Amino acid sequence: MDADLKVALVGNPNTGKSTLFNVLTGLNQKIGNFPGVTVDKKTGLCDLPDGRRAEIIDLPGTYSLYPKSRDESIVFSVLADKANPLRPDLVVVILDASNLKRNLLLYTQVADLKLPVIVALNMMDLAKKSGITIDVNAFAQKLGVPVVPISARKIEGIDQLKSAISYANRFALQEDTIDVEALAPQLIAQISKEIEVENPYYALQLAHQHETLKFLSPVQSDRIEELEQEFSFHSQKSQATETIARYSFINDLLYDTVKKHETAQEENISNKIDKILTHRVFGFVIFFAILLFIFQSIFAWSAYPMELIGDFFVWLQSSLHRILPAGPLVNLVVDGVLGGLSGVMVFIPQIAILFGFISILEDTGYMSRVTFMMDRLMRKVGLNGKSVVPLIGGFACAVPSIMSTRTIENWKDRMITIMVTPLVTCSARLPIYTLLIALVVPNRNIWWIFNLQGLVLTGMYLFSLVSAITVAFVMKFLLKSRERGYFIMELPVYRMPRWKNVGQDMYNRAKAFVLQAGKVIVAISVILWVLASYGPGNRFERIEQKYKQAQYTQHMSADDLHHAVASEKLENSYAGVLGHAIEPVIKPLGFDWKIGIALITSFAAREVFVGTMATIYSVEGDAEKMESVQQKMATAKNPDGQPVFTVAVAFSLMMFYAFAMQCASTMAVVYRETKNWRWPASQFVYMTGLAYIVSFITYHLLR
Amino acid sequence: MRLSQLEVGETGIVKEFTDLEMSVKLMEMGCLPGEQITVSRVAPLGDPIAIHVSGYQLSLRRKEASTIILQ
Repeated sequence: MDADLKVALVGNPNTGKSTLFNVLTGLNQKIGNFPGVTVDKKTGLCDLPDGRRAEIIDLPGTYSLYPKSRDESIVFSVLADKANPLRPDLVVVILDASNLKRNLLLYTQVADLKLPVIVALNMMDLAKKSGITIDVNAFAQKLGVPVVPISARKIEGIDQLKSAISYANRFALQEDTIDVEALAPQLIAQISKEIEVENPYYALQLAHQHETLKFLSPVQSDRIEELEQEFSFHSQKSQATETIARYSFINDLLYDTVKKHETAQEENISNKIDKILTHRVFGFVIFFAILLFIFQSIFAWSAYPMELIGDFFVWLQSSLHRILPAGPLVNLVVDGVLGGLSGVMVFIPQIAILFGFISILEDTGYMSRVTFMMDRLMRKVGLNGKSVVPLIGGFACAVPSIMSTRTIENWKDRMITIMVTPLVTCSARLPIYTLLIALVVPNRNIWWIFNLQGLVLTGMYLFSLVSAITVAFVMKFLLKSRERGYFIMELPVYRMPRWKNVGQDMYNRAKAFVLQAGKVIVAISVILWVLASYGPGNRFERIEQKYKQAQYTQHMSADDLHHAVASEKLENSYAGVLGHAIEPVIKPLGFDWKIGIALITSFAAREVFVGTMATIYSVEGDAEKMESVQQKMATAKNPDGQPVFTVAVAFSLMMFYAFAMQCASTMAVVYRETKNWRWPASQFVYMTGLAYIVSFITYHLLR
Repeated sequence: MRLSQLEVGETGIVKEFTDLEMSVKLMEMGCLPGEQITVSRVAPLGDPIAIHVSGYQLSLRRKEASTIILQ
């Protein structure tokens, strides 16, 4: 599997870089993380015509080597750091032929790092259509690198590109683009000498980026800072001068090699679509219609596969129990680990569907229009136009949504989005809401067509959006931002989605979710399983003894006996003891110790609530049988004879689940994205605090 | 005259920038002095705006557009 050479793909966003990556590597790809940062690292293998194998690394799309977001900062690190194991032997720079000028800026920067470079000139067909003719040979000669015209979408020129990769020189032969040293002669000379870098542009980049580069030692970084002071280096001014110099090089280059025929500026299709999709009125109507459709589909299409996965695990668990000898180890593996795994796996359909839609919306270019339309509204509450996507995704699952906040460049906007996304009603809350609503809200219609239960459920969804926005608004004043927010974003032309890409995206995201969040969920469910299956001292033995007595064995059926034992064991397990222990705290919310157990066990994942309720109220069969849980809960009485689940208790419980951070995978992903335990910790504290207060108020208002 | 003062459909040529940090970002995106800019649309809520510059469409907030001075 070892690759013979490493090739990095570099280019602007929307240049067809990922399409080219997919074409080159096919299904031979994997997503990982760049060491130390949570940026998706896409690598894949590509067979070259000379029999060698290339490892292709898809670097995040960027407009320049000066990073604007976390994703972009990885590009320079990978290209420049000699110690980086990913450092490529060859860089393929992808240029959009229809927009060469802006695309060439990044090329000139990469070229000046003096790595071996090949240019892939993508979208030649589009360029031709808009009246641009490129003299490819002259262009290649001026740059001093091989230039291969391709069309990644139509899979044209790919073989030529592969042979160009295999014949590429191991040395950088490209022409200089600008006089880098003239930008800061003394500083570059001094850094080159002290940090031992040969390339002047690399030295200059170190000067610009030393504060954020991970591969520099603190001593080196401090020294660079000192040198900058000494030579009064102004990073912004130097960047501006550099950019202007680069564009003047580019203008000279294009003047000789590219001819643009002035075609009458006819209104293109993209513009026509934009007139409707970003229309004052229709724009929002269409957006909400699309949302509704996605939302419906996530539920409708995932219901059946989710049921299948659930059934499969139930079948697997029961058959393993039959085959394997009973014992604590088997119980741990079958009930703890497999139980936890099934909790992860059931979300695969929803995650895949959500990411399928997000991928389509992004691929077509519609997502950036949504951002464009919503920015003003979102900015008012401390968010960003780009926060719309994770918030919508939150209706399915907070985990992939929080991963999708990476596109938000501004740190503060991104953090607020991460902090409030888990408040949005995710699919794991749905079974809890349906159970509790069915329990206390009468199933009848009001105003003829509106089902009361449905209305309450819709209300819970809307309420979650309102609370997310309110919390965001409060956080806007609490968080101190270190950087300025800005919103300069390309609106790409509309295109048909590439279905293969969409499929690959769904597959890759689901896989990443299972592997990454799965570990945590399994670990926590094992712990919870142990807590629920073992009790202090010899309590369990005494229960077994008790139910072996004739008064029980004679008057109860085997099943009833089994459930009576199970529920009394649960009460006396560590989880049950904990439930009793927290009863004083949750009493003001109207919860008893049984609900307390459910609160504890559903810490890892909200949907465990229903399963725990099923165990506590010892329902026949399993947690899948929701109706029987509901019946048992409806008839459950307090010691004083009053029903346990009154309207007040049910709503208080729903409010608790609406706000509380009962999701280990979300916390794990928040940690992964922020790389600091303070974020998930403060999120847990504020959400649980809010849950307690709101439940308290709800309970006392409705009692 | 600033870019933010243009109406939809109007065109101007970039002269200079009032904000250094913003200018670096704008220039990287192809908004350079001498470049022609056309305002192609305004978001439904009045902000941000979308402009046509160097062969593609770029969206930016009004506040950011006001740092671009036109000829």
